[in-house]
Amino acid sequence: MKSGLFGFLFAMWILILVGGGIVVVILGPITVSGFGEFDMFIGSVIKAIVAIILVVIWILILSKLKNLIFKKEIKS
Amino acid sequence: MIELILPAVASCIVAFFVVFLMTPLLIKLLGKKNLTVKDVNKKEDVMVVRPGGPSIIIGIIASEIVLYAFLQLNEILAIIITTSAAFVIGYVDDRKVMGGWFKPVALAFAAIPIIALGTYDSNLAFPLFGTVQIPVLYLALIVFMIPITGNTINSIDVLNGVASGFMVIASFSLSICLFIVQNYEIAIVSLPLGFVSLAFYKYHKVPSKIFPGDSGALTFGAMYGTIAIVGGVEILAAVALLPAVINSFLFLSSVKRIVEHRQVKGKPVEHTDDFLLKATDDKTAPVTLVRLILAGGPLSEKQVGFAIFKLAVFSGILAIITAFMMGVSL
Repeated sequence: MKSGLFGFLFAMWILILVGGGIVVVILGPITVSGFGEFDMFIGSVIKAIVAIILVVIWILILSKLKNLIFKKEIKS
Repeated sequence: MIELILPAVASCIVAFFVVFLMTPLLIKLLGKKNLTVKDVNKKEDVMVVRPGGPSIIIGIIASEIVLYAFLQLNEILAIIITTSAAFVIGYVDDRKVMGGWFKPVALAFAAIPIIALGTYDSNLAFPLFGTVQIPVLYLALIVFMIPITGNTINSIDVLNGVASGFMVIASFSLSICLFIVQNYEIAIVSLPLGFVSLAFYKYHKVPSKIFPGDSGALTFGAMYGTIAIVGGVEILAAVALLPAVINSFLFLSSVKRIVEHRQVKGKPVEHTDDFLLKATDDKTAPVTLVRLILAGGPLSEKQVGFAIFKLAVFSGILAIITAFMMGVSL
């Protein structure tokens, strides 16, 4: 059981590292132009939406992992 | 760096001894006022005083004032104000039972001093991949971070000594990470959290003489979150906190709503005849870290605590490895 928890911790860490890479690669370059003084605001809104989608995907993957690692324990 | 040694040593001594000496007095005072709760994991009817938050916050404020006298950093003011606000929120919840949404919303407001004092850097640093600039989004991150760290530590405060012991490991790991990324001033500012937790652990460990209560747990969590923000080590802080994050994640994903533990009907853990802890078969009970640890068989309260500490040490090591990875770019 305990190895399962350590495995889940390690999987979360890998997900953070990979997620960080995705955030830098996808969110970093997003810039909006053509809206004058609203450029930064619109850019930030788009970044926020993408970030929320990434977080939701991260949680879904984590839920799948949880069910996979703790299948027996959660059912009992 | 050398000039930081004296403030570091002075603040750590103040942090440790203020809590170490004040907590017995607080235990006596709370006992006289009959502010006690039953320790449900003891065979006999053992009553334990709470909350221990007042001695924790006084230790933190005293040590951070010592640091402020030497360093005059706005970051220290942000830590003192936000952590004090979190203490007040927790203390209100200790004295009067509030709804499930009270603490997250109130803690979001407690984060405002960090923004008002401008003690943050909106560049979010990731290991291996570098930084991403998210000026507006980062403000939202600050507002979310304090409720998350506060409630995460609060949710792990389920057994004797766990919250304070866990905080000792997580906060010292974070301090080491701050030294590795060469943010020496904030590393020193973060040290009192570890020493305050260590001094409180002396009275909180099995068998507890005092419980931190919401005021203590939220104070620990809010200070940890504030250090993560002002030190620009949000990701490292999240990694060091992973066992507590897992606990919150498991709980929320099983109950599927923001709710206080006391509002959940099903019990995740019960006692054997010899008063060991064992996981229940209750389908309505939330999945928690303690329940998963106990899935392998009944354990004593102390053994469960040490299992959580082992996980904390493991995630602390991962955080330190991640700190070294901050200097590496792909």
